[in-house]
Amino acid sequence: MHVHRFEKLWFGASLVLIVAFIGTIVYGAIGPGVAMVGDDGGTIDAATVADGDFGQTDNFRSPGVYESSDGDGVDVYIVARQYLFNPGTAQPIEVPRGEEVTFHVTSADVTHGFNLAGTNVNTMVIPGQVARFDVMFDETGEYGIVCHEYCGSGHHTMAGQLHVVPQSQFDTTAGGDN
Amino acid sequence: MATGHPDDTSTLSEDDYVETEDGTRHRSAFVDRYPEAARIVRICLGISFAAFGVGALFGLIQALHRTNVLRVIPSSDYYTLLTGHGVLLALVFTTFGIAGLFQWASTRSLGIEPTSSKLTATWLGMMTVGTLLAAGTILAGLFDWIPASADVLFTFYAPLKAHPLFYVGAALLIVGSWFAGASYFLQYREWRSENPDARIPLQSFMVMTTMLMWYISTLGVAVEVVVFLIPWSLGLIQQVDPLLTRTLFWYFGHPVVYFWLLPAYVIWYTVLPKLSGGRLFSDPLARVVFVLFLILSTPVGFHHQYTDPGIASGYKFVAMTNTFFLLLPSLLTLFTVVASMEHGARQRGGSGYLGWLKALPWEKPAFAGIALSGIMFAAGGFSGMINAGMNINYLIHNTLWVPGHFHLTVGTAFALTLMAVSYWLVPQVTGKRLQLYGVASLQPYVWFVGMVLMSNAMHRAGLAGIPRRTAEPQYDQFSFQAVAGSVGEMRIQIAIGGTLLFIGAAMFLAVMLATWTMGKSNSQLRVNGYLPEPMSGATDSPRVLDNLKLWAAIAIVLVALAYGLPLFDMVADGVLSPGSVPVPA
Repeated sequence: MHVHRFEKLWFGASLVLIVAFIGTIVYGAIGPGVAMVGDDGGTIDAATVADGDFGQTDNFRSPGVYESSDGDGVDVYIVARQYLFNPGTAQPIEVPRGEEVTFHVTSADVTHGFNLAGTNVNTMVIPGQVARFDVMFDETGEYGIVCHEYCGSGHHTMAGQLHVVPQSQFDTTAGGDN
Repeated sequence: MATGHPDDTSTLSEDDYVETEDGTRHRSAFVDRYPEAARIVRICLGISFAAFGVGALFGLIQALHRTNVLRVIPSSDYYTLLTGHGVLLALVFTTFGIAGLFQWASTRSLGIEPTSSKLTATWLGMMTVGTLLAAGTILAGLFDWIPASADVLFTFYAPLKAHPLFYVGAALLIVGSWFAGASYFLQYREWRSENPDARIPLQSFMVMTTMLMWYISTLGVAVEVVVFLIPWSLGLIQQVDPLLTRTLFWYFGHPVVYFWLLPAYVIWYTVLPKLSGGRLFSDPLARVVFVLFLILSTPVGFHHQYTDPGIASGYKFVAMTNTFFLLLPSLLTLFTVVASMEHGARQRGGSGYLGWLKALPWEKPAFAGIALSGIMFAAGGFSGMINAGMNINYLIHNTLWVPGHFHLTVGTAFALTLMAVSYWLVPQVTGKRLQLYGVASLQPYVWFVGMVLMSNAMHRAGLAGIPRRTAEPQYDQFSFQAVAGSVGEMRIQIAIGGTLLFIGAAMFLAVMLATWTMGKSNSQLRVNGYLPEPMSGATDSPRVLDNLKLWAAIAIVLVALAYGLPLFDMVADGVLSPGSVPVPA
């Protein structure tokens, strides 16, 4: 098979480009530590979430913001349902700046999305699955939470807020332990 | 003369004439040589273009609605139109358009008519009934008094539930396309029996590799629909596993993109060089590219699920690596197509490093449309690389960036290529000269400008976090911060771009309708179907390239490697759990 010299060069350059791209991803995971949403959140019975009987689940607490059991950072438990985030919609989620925030997000009905607009805090919320991921907020501020997966005719009304406050002002009870 | 002006009747190939007994020379277009295949192509393109017209109208209504320019529907109906836009354009327009293109390509390159008219009637019937069922249940959502709806979007994720006939329709359309593929393979088998030692003609090779890829990849959605969604929507099973069905959907959901793209590549490889005034650079490399797509297209679906909980990150990493290697055949295509165009331009007297670009026939609608779609696809390819980047993807997942991206790929690379090649192909399958030639010459540019405005604004809106698939991109509780420009300016660009795209679609349909109804049969066409031989022909390529069984087997092994363990993990706790009960859309 005759392959022209320029074709060979182009082929080689393409391979270098592809390997370089994969390299940037690997660097992003190892260097800045951008972790993936994985399967470590575990599964949950969607019907139990819909009932609100969280006592029956071993990996999901009642929705709200909690101090982590190891005393470092906070855990945020969020249930998405048509068409609100609990907590988040009725009252903003409040988390401290500069500490590890572990999100646990699940759905009571259909597939939703959970995105802090304009950031890379972004996950699907799939019934039966718990999305678990860590975020560190370096600055105080307010973020809009958007449901970005079509979830029914009221989908466009489904939004919420997250406030990042200084540690001194952080109070778990204000975060929406409801 | 092969290198002549493509639309100039004085340079028709000798192949395009026949001499009758009385010594007069007559036109011998595709329709004259293969009337049966031409009829099938006409039916497919007709249905495809009808779906395109309705889908484009829905697109216009959406573009104006979500930018707040003009609202003719309530926001809750937005999703009905969005479902219609997605299904009619991404499934019906494409599948029928591809069936037509492939029937032409298979017949032309093998030189024989389709072998079984029963099989043809079967697949045409299944695909048409499927389309009517799916479109009917979607449109029923607009009328409260009809007890059916399918506001589940093109992706139809459970547990949002549609009327059972929607799923039946989708299944019929896809299974019908399997039978269409079978008819191309039968055509090939008949050709092979008369040509035992010849290399597979290039277009037939491309058609068959694409269909093999399609068979492997549609298995996922077929299992999803037939095993889970239809019984569940009929109430035979009470719950389904949303993650499992979603995974089966995306198993098909990325290869379907290549099912749209590869027919465009068929045109770029085999027709564009001729329209440029030259010929294809390399036949063997074109075969390598299609084999790579067959092998690599399917094991990549997890890159649509980077942000899904319940799938280990290791599996996502494997899919990411595959996805990036899938860039290779597209990058090779970029080289070959540009090289072939340059060759054509130099045959036409072009010179200089970039000066040859001026020598291309930019005033001819078929060439201009295909070349412009290639340029826009390059931009779409770059935004696709961002989508594929596992951790960069987090910034843009499910934002407006994504429709910005795929309006460049399926919405331009495929759609504009199909429109443009129709300016060249429809005269040959109808025997009628193209009408409204001036409108046709302008149309690709209208589409191009509309798409530049709409897609660049969508990409930037995505960076600001504005979600896709929403009737109201504004929220009471907060506003979006644009990274560059302003949100208001993006909105205006989307509205203007969407309007121009609709005008472009209407111009195209006007040309087609005029040609179909006003053109005279048996007229002297401005185009001919002659395709010149590649510079480097099939005989230069290793024979193993034609071993389709081998490549299909490798493709299946790669799929098993990429999907075996993740699917096992999902069903280890039971096929229907962790389940979720149906929620009507």
